[in-house]
Amino acid sequence: MALKDLFTKNQVKKKKYATIPTEAAKNDVPEGIMTKCPSCKKIMYTKELSKNVKVCLHCEHHFPMNSKERIASFIDEGSFQELNENMISGNPLQFPGYLEKLEADRQKTSLNEAVITGIGTVGGHKIVTAIMDSTFRMGSMGSVVGEKITLAIEKADELSVPFIIFTASGGARMQEGALSLMQMAKTSVALKKFSNHGGLIISIMTHPTTGGVSASFASLGDFNFAEPGALIGFAGRRVIEQSIREKLPEDFQTAEFLLKHGQLDAIISRLDLVEKITDILDIHQPRGEITWQ
Amino acid sequence: MAVELEFERPIIELRKKITELKEFTKNADVDLSSEIQKLEGRLAKLEEDIYENIKPWDRVQIARHPERPTTLDYISFLFENFFECHGDRTFADDEAIVGGIAKFKGLPVTVIGHQRGKDTKENIRRNFGMPHPEGYRKALRLMKQADKFRRPIICFIDTKGAYPGKAAEERGQSEAIARNLFEMAGLHVPVICIVIGEGGSGGALALGVGNRIYMLENSTYSVISPEGAAAILWKDAAHAKTAAETMKITAPDLKGLGVIDEIIPEIKGGAHKDVKKQAEEIEKILTASLKELLHLSEEELIADRYNRFRTIGEYGLINDLLSVN
Repeated sequence: MALKDLFTKNQVKKKKYATIPTEAAKNDVPEGIMTKCPSCKKIMYTKELSKNVKVCLHCEHHFPMNSKERIASFIDEGSFQELNENMISGNPLQFPGYLEKLEADRQKTSLNEAVITGIGTVGGHKIVTAIMDSTFRMGSMGSVVGEKITLAIEKADELSVPFIIFTASGGARMQEGALSLMQMAKTSVALKKFSNHGGLIISIMTHPTTGGVSASFASLGDFNFAEPGALIGFAGRRVIEQSIREKLPEDFQTAEFLLKHGQLDAIISRLDLVEKITDILDIHQPRGEITWQ
Repeated sequence: MAVELEFERPIIELRKKITELKEFTKNADVDLSSEIQKLEGRLAKLEEDIYENIKPWDRVQIARHPERPTTLDYISFLFENFFECHGDRTFADDEAIVGGIAKFKGLPVTVIGHQRGKDTKENIRRNFGMPHPEGYRKALRLMKQADKFRRPIICFIDTKGAYPGKAAEERGQSEAIARNLFEMAGLHVPVICIVIGEGGSGGALALGVGNRIYMLENSTYSVISPEGAAAILWKDAAHAKTAAETMKITAPDLKGLGVIDEIIPEIKGGAHKDVKKQAEEIEKILTASLKELLHLSEEELIADRYNRFRTIGEYGLINDLLSVN
């Protein structure tokens, strides 16, 4: 028995998330009072973690953030005005079960789709932003995601303010077939028009940014940033491993990997994000006459 | 030997039987001409039945037919003095994409397309028509050159998709595709895209932001291969046939969804049966399309392309949903 106990002890250690649910927690705090960091395995108060913009207090691991948390942490308080919040997907291919899946995710997330768009200020600078949310259909891009992002870009164009996008997506929305593929083109042509008018585009890639989203607006910023440790890539890791028949390095398709291969301007910690983006907005000078002093 | 496709088998068998009977009457002293005539009538009807009611999965098979004409096949029939240009000026020449300058009925144009191989050796050289980032960057370089010299651009789309490889990711496959979508939006010249085989996802779309998008009748254009969709949605690649139907990947389906402008008819059984004739069909639509687009100013061309993609998609408002319920 003693020997067996030794092994059981090791197995317990492998558990990824340890939460201590109390009666109150079961009702009010679904994630529990305590959260264990999947990276450094240390346990901390969920409230403290949230206060620290969901960055581990010990190792700075970035926990996934949903769109509402992102707005609260990034946009100046009280300045956010949502755009097109009532837009929802149809079922253009009559795909079996698609409408039910959408409805289930609407219930689960209290979001209408996988992106929130709106106008707000950051460090006092007016911007238009689009924030993708991977809790809704894995952040996949269908007609609504493409349309809302395009409308947001057009709004930024109309107001002549910078466009800032936070990406988080598993790629195309399979259930909308080629229509979802065409959203890549739609958003890209809108960015080109905005860019031709001198618009500033900032892309902040968060975990995960893959497939059609990484191969369109996520990569088209004047500045392309990523959060530490975010998975970013075009093809899935397993698909690549199967096609090249070799094991990929541990850091493959991470933000750090992309930075090393020249695909990013910088990796920005969430703790510094507002400050760094405010700096860029401060330096940014809209097209026109160069003014100095 | 010609490759037979599953759905064509009844036609091939009947045709064989007729030939056998003809042989038999030649050698033996019996008159079977009325029987033969009857059978030929049946063959005509069978052909009509099969080719008029072609199923999505059959089209996938035709689109993937090893003898299906490639970009270079059509180039040799459609253009004069094609001069191929190589390389992205940065890293390498990706032979999964070919491109160059040529004349179309005397009009200077730039032609770009995915290029599959005809045999194993060529397929290895051309990576089965699946480009790396340098392929897309070569295509973009040639498009910018065309823009500078005001040459219309014609793109042939024929790929299973952008290559999913380690090197491709390291060199920025995502960025290369995204950049093409972005830059194609700003071209001041007519851009005409024709899907001639398989149009696989972002790797196809990277040559697909045109003023007009046409598809050969038996080609496909999709966000993922039927096998891939089946694996993700039903956890089983064997459901590919169902996926081919559900995913709406054929030319008639995509015309209905507003993704493409026109379907280019194919000869019975598919383009591989007669490349020259198929090229003539493409030539007709290219001529008409170029005539129309050359009337537009540079700004009109850009606006036309913007509107072309701006309107794609289907959605509603939450209030509509509530009122339905």
